[in-house]
Amino acid sequence: MSGTKWKFESSYVRLPRENVDTDQIIPARFLTTTNRAGLGPNAFHDWRYLSDGSPNPDFVLNRPEANGAEILVAGQNFGCGSSREHAVWALAGSGFRAVISSEFADIFRGNALINGLLPIEVTPQVLGVLMQNDLPDARLGVDLEAQTLTLPDGAVLRFAVPAFSRYSMLNDTDEMSFLLGAAPDIAAYERTHPASIDTTRLRTHG
Amino acid sequence: MTPATPRTLFEKLWERHVVRAETPETPAVLYVDLHLVHEVTSAQAFTVLRERGLTVRAPHRTVATMDHSTPTTRGGFAGLPIRDAGTNARVAQVEQLSRNCEQFGIPLLALGDRRQGIVHVIGPELGLTQPGMTVVCGDSHTSTHGAFGALAFGIGTSQVGHVLASQCVLQTKPKTLEVKIDGTLSPGVTAKDVILAVCTRLGIGGATGHVIEYRGSAIRAMSMEERMTVCNMSIEAGARAGMIAPDETTFAFLRDRPHAPQGAAWDAAIADWRTLTTDEGARFDRSVTLDGDALAPMITYGTNPGMGMAIDDAIPHPDRLEDRSERENAERALRYMGLTAGDMLAGTAIDVVFFGSCTNSRISDLRAAAGMLRGRQVARGVRALVVPGSQQVKRQAELEGLDKIFIEAGAEWRESGCSMCIAMNGDQLRPGELAVSTSNRNFEGRQGTGGRTLLASPLTAAAAAVTGVITDPRTLLAAAVA
Ligand code: SF4
Repeated sequence: MSGTKWKFESSYVRLPRENVDTDQIIPARFLTTTNRAGLGPNAFHDWRYLSDGSPNPDFVLNRPEANGAEILVAGQNFGCGSSREHAVWALAGSGFRAVISSEFADIFRGNALINGLLPIEVTPQVLGVLMQNDLPDARLGVDLEAQTLTLPDGAVLRFAVPAFSRYSMLNDTDEMSFLLGAAPDIAAYERTHPASIDTTRLRTHG
Repeated sequence: MTPATPRTLFEKLWERHVVRAETPETPAVLYVDLHLVHEVTSAQAFTVLRERGLTVRAPHRTVATMDHSTPTTRGGFAGLPIRDAGTNARVAQVEQLSRNCEQFGIPLLALGDRRQGIVHVIGPELGLTQPGMTVVCGDSHTSTHGAFGALAFGIGTSQVGHVLASQCVLQTKPKTLEVKIDGTLSPGVTAKDVILAVCTRLGIGGATGHVIEYRGSAIRAMSMEERMTVCNMSIEAGARAGMIAPDETTFAFLRDRPHAPQGAAWDAAIADWRTLTTDEGARFDRSVTLDGDALAPMITYGTNPGMGMAIDDAIPHPDRLEDRSERENAERALRYMGLTAGDMLAGTAIDVVFFGSCTNSRISDLRAAAGMLRGRQVARGVRALVVPGSQQVKRQAELEGLDKIFIEAGAEWRESGCSMCIAMNGDQLRPGELAVSTSNRNFEGRQGTGGRTLLASPLTAAAAAVTGVITDPRTLLAAAVA
């Protein structure tokens, strides 16, 4: 196991909004891309830029302290709404490696874990402390192997992460390899569960 | 012999599809019976297959369509008056889907096909969605298919790749939430109002981590199309999936559909499907009850689907929320919407009415809207767009003359697709415009940058279209009777 890649310290960006939906993280009009790369500059587009296209100076990502921050701290129920994985690609493309919230939407959490964007769930109290901390250079420490989050005051908290995701991230393996490895079990299942549909008939039946 | 432990419908569906059980170290490997694919969330998954030299494991369980970014004007992309950069990107995306389906052997109901339509409308329409199945799609409203007693949920693009390659997804077992709605809906109160009331009750994240089973006499009395409307918006409460146990209504809907089992296979299927109910005494992790008798037509006033209210109420005060960040959230939503707490929504002037989306674009939705527009006119200055969910729905509507009612009333009659629900195809609100939409999301800018969305039923949308202001549809229903 190589834990070094997943042991890092960074300043953080505070986004004190609840229920941030994936339409805000990456608006639908940017979903016509057929690539994963290139979405970063459009993350939070309609909050981040004014209608003339210039950066909105009030938006957190445009403030100087956001520079180089690898951790986003956001309000409860982060990533709700659409299943678009583009939201995770956009955040990762903006340089984020972890998102901290008191709750994540299910599909977003799954997408994030698959893409090496670590969702860290903390209690509402801890979230409140992180949001209120107004020292621009406050830093957080993340250690995935130890499953710990070090707060600006040095306090160390443990966070939960699915064992399999943790293993995959630390070892750079992925879900696809695991599923392909399950092929014999899948074949056995298919032998006892024949398909009740055949979509290939759609080709001939008008 | 000890009696078997009573199980919920969800547990039965889950157990049927476990290829490998969940362990403390690994999620469950769950088999997928039907995989629906569309242009927006699949390209990067096919790229992974190509990069890794993989094939599609079960093309016969897979079907693709084009719906999100396609034009709803006549003639498809070729019929568009202008080709800008946005259009070119959309064309490239649907062409990519065609190439991917061709290369990997996946049946595609392309733009121009008689069976094309919104992915969640065509699956049930073709009889591909059946009780007892697992259904996935790179789309959060896959929950729609749960109306048939299927375990149906949205997945991300990486998982689309997993399913293409292995026909399986990795899942940890969710919790269960019973939503029980007894009673009889009053005239003017529809399935859409029921689910908006559920979302308002649970809140936008209220069902996170759970699969909902909708139960109770109000649900049992619903048609399949109404049940689809309910299950469709399960995700708006954060639920992993929503489902309704199959019954005679389900079987009657499916019988003789193109891909439904036939003959002896049909009888065997029905016998099996009858077992797909929650056993007496089975336990849910949580339960919520709503009184169907007491429901009124609902409308949203904020920027998420959990911010709903009865149409004859005043806009709720953020002050009522104890939690500071929740209160700020509600205040911000009202600012975005340009609405004031304590005011009545009824009487507010609107700019656009959108009839469509996988929530409310089926034939019964169009009939309801047309019934109210018949002999009336869309109010001056209001733009009304009617977008059927599929080509089949469109043909049926035209057979019944609904298209003429819409057109004579001054509404636009379109080709099938997602259209203004997601505003990817050029159908969109202008900044500041206020719309009543039969779709499912009122997030900031969802229907166009700066646009403002009020979610409601087709009846309520039609009432707004003819009056030009937010209107309780019951007042117009009463007028029609009188
Ligand atoms: S109609 Fe709207 S919600 Fe439904 S699949 Fe299309 S974009 Fe998604």
